[in-house]
Amino acid sequence: MNAQQNDTPILRAEHFTKYLTGRKILDDCSISMRPGDVKVLIGPSGAGKSTFLQCINCLLEPDAGEIWLGERKVDFKNTRELYDLRQHVGMIFQEFNLFDHLSAERNVALALRKVRGMSKADALQRAHVELARVGLEDKAKLFPAQLSGGQKQRVAIARALAMDPTILLLDEPTSALDPELVGEVLTVIRDLAAHGMPMIMVTHQMEFARAVATEILFMEAGRVIEQGSPEELLAPGAQTRTQDFCTRLYELCGDVDSAQESRN
Amino acid sequence: MLDLIDINFLTGRVMPYLDRGLMMSLQLIVPASLIGGFIGVIMGVMRVFGSPWMKRGTDAVVAVIRGVPLTVQLMILYFGLPSLPGVKIYLSPYAAALIGFIVCTASYQSEYVRGALLSIRQGQIKAAQALGMTRWQTIWSVIVPQAVRRALPGCGNEIIYLIKYSSLAYIVTCIELTGEAKVLVSRTFRPTEVYLVAACYYLVMVSAATWLLAKLEKKLAIPGFGAQK
Repeated sequence: MNAQQNDTPILRAEHFTKYLTGRKILDDCSISMRPGDVKVLIGPSGAGKSTFLQCINCLLEPDAGEIWLGERKVDFKNTRELYDLRQHVGMIFQEFNLFDHLSAERNVALALRKVRGMSKADALQRAHVELARVGLEDKAKLFPAQLSGGQKQRVAIARALAMDPTILLLDEPTSALDPELVGEVLTVIRDLAAHGMPMIMVTHQMEFARAVATEILFMEAGRVIEQGSPEELLAPGAQTRTQDFCTRLYELCGDVDSAQESRN
Repeated sequence: MLDLIDINFLTGRVMPYLDRGLMMSLQLIVPASLIGGFIGVIMGVMRVFGSPWMKRGTDAVVAVIRGVPLTVQLMILYFGLPSLPGVKIYLSPYAAALIGFIVCTASYQSEYVRGALLSIRQGQIKAAQALGMTRWQTIWSVIVPQAVRRALPGCGNEIIYLIKYSSLAYIVTCIELTGEAKVLVSRTFRPTEVYLVAACYYLVMVSAATWLLAKLEKKLAIPGFGAQK
């Protein structure tokens, strides 16, 4: 039973092509997720990483390509199937996108009530469970404007998890955070990975990616040009485009580190 | 000068007349602002999120209503409809005035609502959609509650306008505050006192509305919306 489950990808996105304002942003990109997979998309700005992610739950409708949930092909022109797909695919945004007019608990409860049809009391109870899971049970009554960036992102994660997604998409979840708040969000994500939540994540946190990723996909100009485990792509002397990119990222960060060291 | 402080005249003759007019004014203003505000929100939503024909239809209604003086609209409703061949709709003065005000105020409200709807960030919509919410669920439970809070100062302004343009009802013989004042002046020939008292009545109504709207804004206030902390 388990073996068979592991053989069937829980989600496949195949041969995605997407044009935006006449420009080809995605060019034949595919990804396949098995239980427990954590895949990291990296690449230079404008490579199409975010577009790829948003095509997977059809926030942007791909111009060509197929989405498979398990063994079922999703007809995303059919609104019912589209809404169903989105319930299976949770999404975390760079800018958090909490509902500004709702408290933390209601942010989590809203879709439970509207989409799942749960009663208000049940939805709020579930919201508290999810908020506790990201360590925010004491902030349930606060509004987004009263939370720090890291707390907002954790509420956003709780909101996505409350829908029991089969897979989570994370679009640069820590890029809009102050450096001292990055850790609390990464801790939550690492914890999810450890519990086997399948995730596709766009990030520039290379150390983190190396630690949790089962596979790295390097994108450039709308294509996935390298794909492999972190050990393969980042092995010393691997001579990959990924390694080159990461080295340059590392040099930038390394400069900051050494500057701090020399100050100390 | 003595006439101006003739208390007996003011309390004995002017105020009973104007109180009756005030009641009629309130019967116009309260339903017109509530129904008009509600329709205004729906029209605003249709103008921003509706299908192309909804947008075109509501845009056209707003263009006509905003483009024709309210006086002329009221005249058409009251004097024009009965003599329209094949239609022959007879409206009471009250109905004609109320319908005219509702349509007018809804059109202006829809403009405030439209502006507020357009100001809601795309991320809010994406977040709702990513959770599997339908288009109309997203609009009614995410966008409209935020937009209404942003539109409230403008919508309040429109209600205050409504209180004052309700004085046009008397031209279709719906005798409200201004109408009663006019009738009384024609009987007593003391326009100064009568109109001054009528002016005070309007001032009191507007002040009360301003106070109520401020209370409503406070009640709906949420951290992160508006200036207060």
